Parts: sequence; structure tokens; C-alpha cells
Amino acid sequence: METRSSPEGGVGTRGVEVAVALGFLALSAAVIVDSVRVGRGWGADGPEAGFYPFYVALLLGAAATTILVREWRSKAHKLFVGSLELRRMLSVLLPCVAYVALVLSLGIYVASALFLIGFMRVQGKYAWWRALLLGISVPLAMFALFELGFGLPLPKGPLESWLGY
Amino acid sequence: MENLLNLLHGFSVVLTGQNLLLMLVGILLGVLIGVLPGLGGANGVAILLPLTFTMSPTSAIILLSCIYWGALFGGAITSILFNIPGEPWSVATTFDGYPMAQKGRAAQALTAAFSSSFIGALAATLMITFLAPLVAGFAVKFGPPEYFAVQLLVFSTFVGMGRGNTAKTIVSTMLGFVLAAVGLDTVSGQLRLTFGSMELLRGFDFLVAVIGLFGIGEILISVEEGLHFKGIETRIRWQVVLETWAELPKYWRTSLRSVLVGCWMGITPGGATPASFLSYGLAKRLSKQGSRFGTGEIEGVIAPETAAHAAGTSALLPMLALGIPGSPTAAVLLGGLLLWGLQPGPLLFVEQKDFVWGLIASIYLGNIAGLVVVLTTVPWWARVLRIPFSIIAPLIIVFCAVGAYAVHGSTNDIVLMLGFGVLGYVLKKLNYPLAPLVLALVLGDMAEASFRQSMLLSQGSLAIFFSNPLVGGLVTLALLMLLWPAFAALKGALRREAPAAQLSAP
Repeated sequence: METRSSPEGGVGTRGVEVAVALGFLALSAAVIVDSVRVGRGWGADGPEAGFYPFYVALLLGAAATTILVREWRSKAHKLFVGSLELRRMLSVLLPCVAYVALVLSLGIYVASALFLIGFMRVQGKYAWWRALLLGISVPLAMFALFELGFGLPLPKGPLESWLGY
Repeated sequence: MENLLNLLHGFSVVLTGQNLLLMLVGILLGVLIGVLPGLGGANGVAILLPLTFTMSPTSAIILLSCIYWGALFGGAITSILFNIPGEPWSVATTFDGYPMAQKGRAAQALTAAFSSSFIGALAATLMITFLAPLVAGFAVKFGPPEYFAVQLLVFSTFVGMGRGNTAKTIVSTMLGFVLAAVGLDTVSGQLRLTFGSMELLRGFDFLVAVIGLFGIGEILISVEEGLHFKGIETRIRWQVVLETWAELPKYWRTSLRSVLVGCWMGITPGGATPASFLSYGLAKRLSKQGSRFGTGEIEGVIAPETAAHAAGTSALLPMLALGIPGSPTAAVLLGGLLLWGLQPGPLLFVEQKDFVWGLIASIYLGNIAGLVVVLTTVPWWARVLRIPFSIIAPLIIVFCAVGAYAVHGSTNDIVLMLGFGVLGYVLKKLNYPLAPLVLALVLGDMAEASFRQSMLLSQGSLAIFFSNPLVGGLVTLALLMLLWPAFAALKGALRREAPAAQLSAP
């Protein structure tokens, strides 16, 4: 993958590797603190609630430290993601974030329709009629399958309540 | 003999119109999942799991396990025709499968791949039929220390057999255990690791994690790499199938070796992916045509496909007999058992005979059906891959969101899924293995319970893990596995210091 990096640079592996390892170290510390809070020792009825997570967190911390030390010593400069690839990735991730936000406010049917239509229009440059056709028929099929077929209600929003569901 | 009678009974359970229909639907869905990038066995099954809540457990497991077989078959199609592995376990199939297709022998490559997959699965299923009841009978006597020893062995195998960085495997495992511990502690009733948040109270569901890590994460990686689907057109004529079948017995040595590698790696949780690589590597080293591997040798297709399918199938053995899954997909199926109200473990063979033997019978039938389906429908699947990414990608993301929501009916899970997706993307790019994370998340509570119960029994002494030959043997094996990378590193360091004459060693 490294060989296909774009010429205009991007994000280095080292920074991400260190950040992720530090994140795990922080998680390990948080778990240790919480385990001590609930009790990591031996209670009246055997091991306490924090007993097991405490040792798990210790191992997590030790392994994360090993990764940090190794990264510290290594001199390799590799690209984590080139800026072209990063832009490509974000062109999917950001719409996903918007989609999830829409699901929370408008329900999954309307959000899925908007997401599919938007994605096909912007990324695929499809004609409106094609985007609308797929974008509306998929949520309708989902409704038929889940609500009517399997009796599994999916999250709904203002449109559905206006329609009486 | 009793096993055969039980198996016959299993066939009688499966051979109803509804179950056969479910089997066909499962295979077709599975091949579709295997063909589409971003959807794999584990997250495909996870997304569809909520749809089975209303079915009987036997019908549900038939549908879901057939999706798994379908996905195992489907991965080979994209590997051979498009040089794009639809699944991680079919990466090794691209090495010789795609060159064969380029030379105009796509039909032979596909036939060889499907037939080898079938042989691998069949061998593994035979093994399950005869070995699983024995293992289960043995495991009924297991106490908490034995269970903990087996669980320890599972994770030590990841460390010992993993091809990646040992520290990263450990981090990945421990992250799974930490996430599993979040929420209510079932023993003491205390809240742990919730940090005052209501959302964390329920803990993390591994199905949501699987959908995010493998589904969304995989999509993000695929777009970043900029997929172009330029495939080779093909259809399979029966004459070619028969000719290829006539050729296959010549490679019985490779097949047999691959079956053994696959079964071993499936029971110990190496999984289908390392099994396929190991088997390809062995075939390359041991075959007479070894030097021509990579240029379109049929043996280079047989080896990884047989092993991957054998491993994928035999991963069900520990799941059924011990309640400990051998692969992420087996873990998802195990999660299904719990949701349908079945208690996984050795007693399944005593208390749920219909279910267990129905499942085993459906593996036989599902793989026969799968072989016929994929041989006849290849051109159709190749066309699916030509659907543009700007339609497929948002559809897959919508399916993932629906699947994540349906697990518990909570919109928070959709947000979590996206979070796991980003985590999966970053971890995968940094070469953290994701399978141990998922298995640790599934087994976390079980492993903790068996550890704490063992400690209770022994009043806090670790000596209980060496108190009898069985548990002692298992723990010793686990520790050897854990220390294996250290041995290997030591050996490597010694070799580097040795004179240059020894550098020619492989």
C-alpha cells in the first residue's frame, strides 16, 4: 500500500501509531483507576469486581508501552495515508457521519433515502431520476421487510408519525 | 454408530420444504456477501441475525450457517475473476487463480476452487460428526479451571500463531476484554467502567462491534484504495467442470495436506485466513511444480481454498462442543445461540439433539447446494461486481446501520457502529489484528467468570491451574504458545549473529 502513496504527501504512520498507543495507555489508566475504585482485591465473597479488569488493564498498558518504545526506536518513515487517499476516505466517512446524525433526528427511512440520493448524485453523478428511484425504493423495501414482514420496528421520525406510524 | 443414527435424525429434521428453502436463500445471500467488498461472513451474519429472532433455532442456524458457507464460496469468485479478494481468506487464491483467469482458464480455476472448497468442508464436517460428540462428552466434566485453560489457549494461539506484531495482538485482545467488562458486573452487581454514563450501562454488544469493525471499517479501506472492478468474463460449461474434476485426483497429496492444515487451524482458533496462507506456502514448498506457483498453477488454487473452507467449517467444532468459537463468524453464530435461548456448551449435544444434528446435517446439504449454486451462477455474480461503487457503498452502509440498530433496537448502537468503523479502519491500517478483539469481546464475560470461579475454588491460588494433568497440560500448552514469539525472536537473533554461511537457510 505504501508504494501507491500520492506525491503531495499525507499523514505519517508514526504519528498515528503513537497516538493510538497513547490512547490505549490512557484507556488502561482509566480502567486501572476504576478497578481500584470498585475494589481490585479479595472481598468477603471472593474476587471483587475490579479484580479481573485490573490485570487486563495492566497487560493492555504493558503491551501499549512496548509499541510506544518500539516506535520511539524505529527510524522508518512510512505513510499512513496519502492526502489523495485521505480525501477519498473522507468522501465516504463524512457522509456516513451526516447519515447517522440524520437517523437520530429523522428516523432511518428518511435518512437512508437522503443518504442514498445524495451519495449517488454527488459521488456517482447519476441523473436525478435514477437517484430518486433507488433512494426511495430501498427505504420502502426496508419498511416492507422489517415492519411488515418481520415485525421489527426501525427508528422512525417526524414523517412517519405524520403518516400515522 | 450412534453418531450416524443421530446424523440421520438430523437429516430428517433438515429435510423439510421450509428448511431447504432457507438453505438456498442462505447460500445465495452468502455468495452475495462474499462477492461484495465490505460485507463478509462475520458482519453479514451479524446484520441478518436480528431477522432470525422469530424463527425456530434450527431454522435460524440453517439460514445463518448457509450464509457462512455461501460467503466462503463467494470469496473465490472475485479473487479469480477480478483479482480482488472478496474475503480475507481468499487473498491466497488470487496468487494463482487470477493468472489462470488471465490465461483464459477462468472456468478451470473456478471449478477447482469450488470443488476444493467443497472437499475441505466435507472433510471438516466428517470430522465434526465424529469428533464433536467425543469432545463434548469429555468437556461435560470440565470445571471452571479447565474452561479458563481452554480460553487462555484460544488467545495464546492468536499470539503464538499470529503473523503480526505480538504486542499488537495482546493490545487487541485486552481491548476486547476491557470492552466486555463495561457495564454491570454479574457476580457482584456493581457497575464497572461506566464512568457515570447511562449509555455505557448496557455495555458493548459484540455484534455492533463486528458490524462496525468489519463492515464500515472495510468500506473505508476499500474506497481509500480506490477499487476498480475490471473483471474477466466467464461462464462455466459442464464439459470443463468434468475435465477439471478428472484432473483433481492427481493432486490428492495437496488436498489431503490442506485439509489437515485447515482442520487444525480451524479447531485451534487460527481461522480460515492464516490456514489458507499456510497451506499455499506448504504446497509451494512441497509441490513438484512449486517454482511455477504464482503463474497460474491449479494446485495454487486447490491448496488455499481447501484449507480455508476446512478451517471455516471446523471452527464450528469448538463452538458446538465447548461453547468457544474458533473464528469471528463462529462467534457471531454463538451469539445467535444465546439470542435464541440456547446455552452453548457440551450439554447442547444432550439437551438440544435436534438443533445440533440438524445443524451438522445442514452443513453437508448446504455445501452440496452451495457447490451446485456457485457452479451454475458464476456469470451472474460477476455482473453484481460491476454495479458501481457509488451505489453499492451507500447500500452496504444502510444495511450495516439497520443491522446494528436491530440488535437491541437502540439508535445509540448506530453511533457506536460508526465509532467502531473508524476504529477498525485505523487499527487495520496499523496492522492490529481484529479477530482477537472480537473473540475477546465475546468470550470476555465467560473467561472472567471461569477465572473468578477458579480463584474462589482455590482461595486465590494460581496453583489450581496445575491441579490435574488435563488443566495443567492445557495451561502449559497455552504458555508455550504465548512464549513462541519470544523463542522465534531469540532464534532469529542467534541466526543473525551466526556466520553468513547459515543465511541460506529458509
